[in-house]
Amino acid sequence: MKHVGKNEMVAKQQKDYKEKVFHFIFLFSALISVLSVIAIIAFVFSKGLKPFFGENSYSFLDFITGLKWDPGTESYGIFYMIVGSVLATLGAIALGVPIGLLTAVFIAEIAPKKIVAIIRPAIELLAGIPSVIYGAFGLGVIVQLIKKVSPTGQGESLLAVICVLTIMILPTIITLSESSLRAVPKSYREASYGLGASKIQTIFKTVVPAARSGILSATVLGIGRAMGETMAVMMIAGNNIGGLPKSIWSKIRPLTSNISMEMSYASGRHQDMLFATGVVLFLFILVINMVLIKITSKMGNANSKK
Amino acid sequence: MKKFFNMKKIISFMLVFTMMFVLAACGKKGDKVDENKTGTEEPTPEVTETPTTTETPDKTDTTALAGTVSITGSTSVEKILMDMISDFTAYNPDVKINYTGTGSSAGITDAMNGANDIGASSRNLKEEEKGLEQVIFAYDGIAVVLHPSNKIADLTIEQILKIYSGEITNWSELGGKDANIIVVSREGASGTRGAFEELTGLGDVGLVESATVVEGNGNVQATVAGNENAIGYVSFSFINEKVKAVTVDGIEATPENAKEGTYVLSRPFLLVYNKDTASPEASAFLEYVVSPDAQEFVEDHGGIRVD
Repeated sequence: MKHVGKNEMVAKQQKDYKEKVFHFIFLFSALISVLSVIAIIAFVFSKGLKPFFGENSYSFLDFITGLKWDPGTESYGIFYMIVGSVLATLGAIALGVPIGLLTAVFIAEIAPKKIVAIIRPAIELLAGIPSVIYGAFGLGVIVQLIKKVSPTGQGESLLAVICVLTIMILPTIITLSESSLRAVPKSYREASYGLGASKIQTIFKTVVPAARSGILSATVLGIGRAMGETMAVMMIAGNNIGGLPKSIWSKIRPLTSNISMEMSYASGRHQDMLFATGVVLFLFILVINMVLIKITSKMGNANSKK
Repeated sequence: MKKFFNMKKIISFMLVFTMMFVLAACGKKGDKVDENKTGTEEPTPEVTETPTTTETPDKTDTTALAGTVSITGSTSVEKILMDMISDFTAYNPDVKINYTGTGSSAGITDAMNGANDIGASSRNLKEEEKGLEQVIFAYDGIAVVLHPSNKIADLTIEQILKIYSGEITNWSELGGKDANIIVVSREGASGTRGAFEELTGLGDVGLVESATVVEGNGNVQATVAGNENAIGYVSFSFINEKVKAVTVDGIEATPENAKEGTYVLSRPFLLVYNKDTASPEASAFLEYVVSPDAQEFVEDHGGIRVD
């Protein structure tokens, strides 16, 4: 009896020990991402805020409102880049969300299974294409097409960026919208049909409104993706060194491509200024994420009320 | 309660662990650089002097060389340097030379901090960088290129400056067809852009705001080849049938003209190093790059020999 008891004790202790080890592993994994975020924030901010403090500092106001970026003459203005990035993102959302939403509705509600079996893998493939390929496609096809109609005689433009970004955010918007449409309870549709609504009426008056928070968070994620895209836009934006975009034919210089184009060559203040650009970009992404958290928590509340 | 304490313990342990890890990693890095430096430096001073006096290149007197030489810097010199490195290490199998293309400014900064053994640059040293020794191993010319369909064949340096500063915006002002000039330039701090702005005097007036900026010589060439109204500038080695190089002030963009100095848009390729800390291996390589054997590679890649 005594022996058995002891064995049980040992077994229990071993179990406890195992539990602890796994606890430790889980915690370690979780800490890696948290520590990475902290390290990145600390690094980017400490580097990026350096030029605005201390002796011989650069005016932050000049930086954030400046319309010219020319490291050779010590002009580091990024306002025109912010405008360019925001316009490109808005344009991509304005085109991408309607197309993406309609595609999602088609896949989730209307299309027969055979067609879905073709469309869905195509969308998944679209999501997996490396962004440099999008850039090459944009440069070889979209830029060449725009060149033929543009009054400036050049294809690298805001319009080219919007076109490529629209294609790039489609998978995000479609897959997220589709899953939120599918999550709408069947009873909603049945009730709508029961009241004599047609299929299209049911979709637009019942299903889409019921899935709106999911669609909204898909849109916000799309904004984040468009804002943060680097390689593809760098190849087709034109990256002018100053001046606000005046039309869709104007060149833009997105914040992301400013960083990636010059980081490898830059040194000293120039490099710090690129980090400062990174800080601004980071703040944009932070705001977008906060909006996303707000939306999803609202969605959670709405669900729990039901 | 007990669980909570455990959690706390685990977290604090974790943090200490990661801190130790991070600190250890930092320490190691620093030590390594120092070790490398001090380990290889000490026997240097006398050895470096002897090879300079002998006329024969490295092959005979460097057989005892062993070690690693790290070169960082200009990407413009990559092709030439890679060939030189493989040739040099073929004769000196115990020497390992690593080259990383980080850009001229970064290469020079590394040389000043002692982060590399040799820095490669495609521009002259600035005033604050003059503490370093330099070896010019080649000259490079910058060619102004147009789309092959463009009828203009010659531009003066003045006209190039006016195009890039935005004073001339239409090809008709230069006797060409009535079309907007698409100005293509390089990213800020690119060695070629720095050299171009310096050689044309553009640095004082500034690049036109609407200029298209692309990354790398290859992209300039591709952009100009893709637009019949474009103008760009590239290293000589990037001239091919897809773009047309114009004559500048009536002088053709050829290596001979650049080396003679008649072609105005040319620049040196140089290796920089710290005289006091150069290892025997690095010194041997610095001598090798101006030898006739090494100069062959300069020629192979469209550069201009120094000998």
